[in-house]
Amino acid sequence: MKGARQRSPYPPFARIAAQSMSESDITLYRLQACPFCERVVRTLDEYDLDYRSRFVEPMHSDRDVVKRLSGKRTVPAIVDENTGVTMSESANIVAYLERTYGDTTEGGAA
Amino acid sequence: MDLDFDVVDLDPVDHPEEGDTAPDFTRPLVNDEFWEDESLASLCADSERVVLVFHAMDGAFPATYVWNEIRDRAWHEQATVVGVSISTPYEHKQLLEEREIEGDYRLFSDPANGVAREYGIDMDLDGMTGIEEPRPSVFVLDSDRTVEYVWVAAEWPDFPDYDEVQAQL
Repeated sequence: MKGARQRSPYPPFARIAAQSMSESDITLYRLQACPFCERVVRTLDEYDLDYRSRFVEPMHSDRDVVKRLSGKRTVPAIVDENTGVTMSESANIVAYLERTYGDTTEGGAA
Repeated sequence: MDLDFDVVDLDPVDHPEEGDTAPDFTRPLVNDEFWEDESLASLCADSERVVLVFHAMDGAFPATYVWNEIRDRAWHEQATVVGVSISTPYEHKQLLEEREIEGDYRLFSDPANGVAREYGIDMDLDGMTGIEEPRPSVFVLDSDRTVEYVWVAAEWPDFPDYDEVQAQL
């Protein structure tokens, strides 16, 4: 993609912060190697947001924790205690993160 | 076990003793619904007593026996009881389900065996080149991670003295 920024899939700071288990406001429910989840991670890292990762089952029918929170069994799903927002669908989450934590000089996401 | 031959003796090792502070670590902790990085320190801070059970890889009979026994004794009613093995989070999910201990017990996943090495209880496995795991051990810790009781296997195989551990709870 022309003009797309090349980013390491393993960015250093946000992930290390998450591992240090400071009490993050944002919880990301994710599935290992799920590209939609990685898309959200990339955005979280881009805005240098601290988050905790909770990995769920590959089996859709076993993802009760996500269903309880968001009403759906899909991942990614995030819970942002900062704003009280719980949502799923990676495009929606990315738009939400941009709107909430993005560079305000750009006037927010469309 | 009552066998009519000697089992393998393990060399003495230098591990945290009663009164020592158990080394902190962070690893994925697997519960019935998900796993996330968790530190031993935060587990201890949230509980008066933590029982840390190092066991053989999931699927090996000692892992099955140990969790059946702990389940039947309902240690979770008296302490936060967590396991550690080299098995992956996926395997831990299965163990929790098969032993029917989901919701009561959680398991740390440490495939590289770094926690066992930190505790001085790492053990090579004869005939499984490149794989090591913790020597079977039980540490009972208070909320500051002070070791109140420790048992480390002196033979292979070896099982905890469950009554002794229970007396600490």
